[in-house]
Amino acid sequence: MGRINTPQDLERFRDEILSKRDLNRPCVTVCGGTGCHASGCHQVIEAFKKVLQDHSRGNGIDVRVTGCHGFCERGPLVILHPQKILYQRVKPEDALKIFQETILEGKIIDSLLYEHPTTGEKIIREEDVPFYKKQMRIIFGNNGSIDPTRIEDYLAVGGYRALAKALSSMHPDEIIKEVKKANLRGRGGGGFPAGVKWETCKKAPGDIRYVICNADEGDPGAYMDRSLLEGNPHSVLEGMIIGAYAIGAPEGYVYVRNEYPLAVVNIGIAVGQARELGLLGKDILGSGFGFDVKISRGGGAFVCGESTALMASLEGNVGEPRAKHIHTVISGLWDRPSNLNNVETWANVPVIIDRGADWYTKIGTEGSKGTKIFSLVGKVNNTGLVEVPMGIRLREIVYDMGGGIPGGKRFKAVQTGGPSGGCIPESLIDLPVDFDRLTEVGSMMGSGGMIVMDESTCMVDVAKYFTNFLKDESCGKCTSCREGTKRMHEILTEITEGRGTIEQIDLLEELGWVTSEASLCGLGMTAPNPVLSTIRYFRDEYREHILNKRCPAKVCRALLEYRILSNVCTRCGRCAKVCPEKAITGKRKTKKEEGEPFQIDTEKCIKCGICFETCKFEAVEVQ
Amino acid sequence: MTSQEIDSIIDRYDGKESAILAILQDIQAKEKYLPKEALEHLGAQLHIPLNKIYRIATFYRAFSLTPRGRHEIQVCLGTACHVRGGPRIVDQFTLALGIRSGETTPDRNFTLETVNCLGVCAAGPVVAIDGQYFGKMSPIKVEETIKKFREGQSDKREGLNGKD
Repeated sequence: MGRINTPQDLERFRDEILSKRDLNRPCVTVCGGTGCHASGCHQVIEAFKKVLQDHSRGNGIDVRVTGCHGFCERGPLVILHPQKILYQRVKPEDALKIFQETILEGKIIDSLLYEHPTTGEKIIREEDVPFYKKQMRIIFGNNGSIDPTRIEDYLAVGGYRALAKALSSMHPDEIIKEVKKANLRGRGGGGFPAGVKWETCKKAPGDIRYVICNADEGDPGAYMDRSLLEGNPHSVLEGMIIGAYAIGAPEGYVYVRNEYPLAVVNIGIAVGQARELGLLGKDILGSGFGFDVKISRGGGAFVCGESTALMASLEGNVGEPRAKHIHTVISGLWDRPSNLNNVETWANVPVIIDRGADWYTKIGTEGSKGTKIFSLVGKVNNTGLVEVPMGIRLREIVYDMGGGIPGGKRFKAVQTGGPSGGCIPESLIDLPVDFDRLTEVGSMMGSGGMIVMDESTCMVDVAKYFTNFLKDESCGKCTSCREGTKRMHEILTEITEGRGTIEQIDLLEELGWVTSEASLCGLGMTAPNPVLSTIRYFRDEYREHILNKRCPAKVCRALLEYRILSNVCTRCGRCAKVCPEKAITGKRKTKKEEGEPFQIDTEKCIKCGICFETCKFEAVEVQ
Repeated sequence: MTSQEIDSIIDRYDGKESAILAILQDIQAKEKYLPKEALEHLGAQLHIPLNKIYRIATFYRAFSLTPRGRHEIQVCLGTACHVRGGPRIVDQFTLALGIRSGETTPDRNFTLETVNCLGVCAAGPVVAIDGQYFGKMSPIKVEETIKKFREGQSDKREGLNGKD
């Protein structure tokens, strides 16, 4: 296919693609997201290719590698079309069986199906699995059905239809009006209305404007932007082109984390394909509007997620934020008006334009419209990415989709908003999740990380973890942030090592207040949140560390002691064998000898916990 | 890295000063660190003072000024991996290799480092070695994982399934 010159050409091309597709033809889709990579999907893909080559004699069964489906916990995921059968935790050796039994004979293999954790019922179709059932996958849904490296796949599911509509029948101001009406709020953390941002940028004086996609997803624990860019890069690109047309920007940038190699490759392929079809470049779809995109790889600095720092980095400088007396929409990249939105925000744009703001605003709450993708991770059974309507209750996410806490442990808190966010305790589990409610309880939406914590997570340790992260990532420009995060980390270290004093809790609150008030950018302003929110909801845990030198969650190593219960010990000797410090002694039980119970030399013990993990008889105790 | 190789990288970005980050990334990707000579040559070609190049090279985490080991071990310490015991994985690597995070073994076989988030949160704790992901790690699995690389038996596509 050559260049597409008009919206009509685009529709003709789409019809041509669809006419060649037989929806009843068997097709094996294997999730190629990074989560499934970590569980070995590559070998599964190779195995399927080989099986089909050896046995199907070219009778046209496709193997399609798609983007992330979200249910990473159960990877590698395989879906068989047209029946849409979901097989989970598939191993390479299962490929032949799946081909022979399911594809050829139509028989379902029970052992590969997802089993309902409480009822034990085997579930056949993806959409019937509880993890997916309550989701509303308007942004993320296509990830599981398209090959991200083929623009034809995106066009087949209606891709670039919104762009054609925008360019052929909407005035740029109308688009901005529609995005404002939809009340699309920035999904990167701030929650600022995108339409207002676009309007300000459009009205700012200057000849050249830029649109930028922030794909520097530095939030630890969040990976939805990665999965979107890897799994459906054209949706992000389409959003950017529509935004550029509305704002009047001839150039755009995607600033993507270099730690996401597949995302860098896939967005690069998408840009190349869009250029080839004339969806990027001069006179897009005959509208007279021209726009092109460059890809810039990030250098691995968390602070570069901040708009002014990101733009400084794009210019080839160190990523230090500047004061925003003049916003980047007025004077940003190379002092020109620049509109920055994150990956998920851009991916929402085509949906809004295609289906209209009236449809879009039916989803969500008063102040937060549409859906949000969360990465549901940590101490939860079904980890993965979930897309839910705004306003859904936290309980529904953690229990209905997430399937509750593993090992029958007790739920303690959910951490949202990454290092800028806070911990939400169990008492607020029925909180409706949207931008404003999360802020009210001392956390924030952030980019959508949702880390579930149970009774074995120490909240003081979590606060220490985040301040450690922030002290490393602070660019050092503002004293309050550079020193504040460092001092908070020092105090928290003292507390977790049993050297804390009760006055230090007040000191932490004061330090937090100063850091927040006196820092220039979002990093410093929100840096105390993890500390302040854990003090607010888990003050008792702080006191327990300080007054009783005890870590109730048994995490803070300096306060722990490992010992072997002699009455439980079976004298198998496995612990002594794996102990890296040879701190465990005893005598193995043999046929001839009774042996002696094993013991840990606390002087030598480094508290690595390997004995605890190795012992099959729960004879190792942590105190 | 020869001067010609550096020049060809510079040409890839039309010799633009703003592309300095990308140029450094390409040098880093090839050499696994930024050799001093390469930076000097780059400075001379782009007319950028060496101190500016060093400022950038030391600001971003992606760059290293010292040579790296043949195998790069990245232990994820993102929040999800942290609550699932990531720090204990780091300790175990330190114990097994005798080096701390940021260091390279004397035989230059391994470099150990911790990273803030690899974006594979659902499979945490995660370790990436030479770009190959190992999900659901535990301290017990550390030795066997290192072994795959130590003896040069690594299969590029292998991943450890947590349920094995």
